[in-house]
Amino acid sequence: MRALLELVIPTEASRPCGSRSGGIALQRRTPAAPPGTMRHAIPPLRGAKARRYGRDDGVVGWRVVLAVLLALLALPAQAAIAPDEILADPALEARARGITKQLRCLVCQNQSIDDSNAPLARDLRLLVRERLKGGDSDGAALAFVVARYGDFVLLRPPLKATTWLLWFGPALLLIAAGLFLWLRAGRKSVVSVGPAPLDEEERNRLAALIGEKPPRNGGSP
Amino acid sequence: MRLRYIIPAFLFLILGAGFVYALVAIQSGKKDPSAVPSALIGKPAPEFSLPAPEGFPHGLSAADLKGKVTILNVFASWCPPCHVEHPLLLALAKEAKEGGFQLVGLNWKDKDEKLAAWFKQAGNPFSRIGADRSGRVGIDWGVYGAPETYVLDRDGKIVYRFAGPLTKELLRDEIRPLVAKLKK
Repeated sequence: MRALLELVIPTEASRPCGSRSGGIALQRRTPAAPPGTMRHAIPPLRGAKARRYGRDDGVVGWRVVLAVLLALLALPAQAAIAPDEILADPALEARARGITKQLRCLVCQNQSIDDSNAPLARDLRLLVRERLKGGDSDGAALAFVVARYGDFVLLRPPLKATTWLLWFGPALLLIAAGLFLWLRAGRKSVVSVGPAPLDEEERNRLAALIGEKPPRNGGSP
Repeated sequence: MRLRYIIPAFLFLILGAGFVYALVAIQSGKKDPSAVPSALIGKPAPEFSLPAPEGFPHGLSAADLKGKVTILNVFASWCPPCHVEHPLLLALAKEAKEGGFQLVGLNWKDKDEKLAAWFKQAGNPFSRIGADRSGRVGIDWGVYGAPETYVLDRDGKIVYRFAGPLTKELLRDEIRPLVAKLKK
């Protein structure tokens, strides 16, 4: 933990696609400091004060680390939605959030428009809210966007003839693999019945080798 | 017995050939995995009516897209790829009259004065320009970035859409042949 870690939050302009939630980078700054002159994010404490704060001589205490980690946990909960976009009616706003979480940002393609900072995502968020205010049902508002951008905007692909393979392919593959293994295992158990019993000549030879009299006829090995 | 080894090897070869094909296609630009298919192909152009940006004579509405084969370009002065494809559009504009098609522009989420400044210096390839300042008409068209280029038939039906800057190859291999076909 002596290594100096710095939280760097990239500027908005450098990632037009990013969400406010993501994009936190941990950057090591040690190369800048000459060896032996360790720099500290938090001034080192000694003695009683150090004990009180649970850290000692420049070592960033586990509490600080834990606090930072917990703070990081809270970040993904934020969306890109700006305060001025939020509807006054909380019920309507909740419905809008539900819809925009299902819609893909076409600029970033791996984010929902609820998460994305792209200008188009903002436009679409506003559009969805406008439709809801105009009295659209959730389905109608979704359909409005799908009519313009196609099924691709839906993060959850719809179940239709062209997507059957997508939806059921993995299950089919699993079943096929299971069937294949089962058939193979079945065949193996038929083929491998253990070594064949010794015949007369082999038994005599074995007996000679271990210095015993050959067993009488029909003796099992 | 040999079959035990040949079948998996054969399957692997097929898989490998698929990968190589996809990689080559992506690298050569023939295939773009992030391209979004337009939901409007085969559908009539959405209803809209836009004024011309300040300083330009003709605005653009859905009615203007009928009666002639149309190439519609979605562009903006703030979009670098639009500047890259601009010379190609100027060349295309020269062919328009003789080629029997019209080249129109949808100025997407732009500022009139910035557009005017750019075109004053670089030239205006479009016979009509619609100023979609809010981007709302663009959304109706399924626009998700600039530039985009649409080809419409004489009835104003959307036949083709390309998202991204035009290239010489694209014009030669896809757009010009398509326009020629639609003109017949």
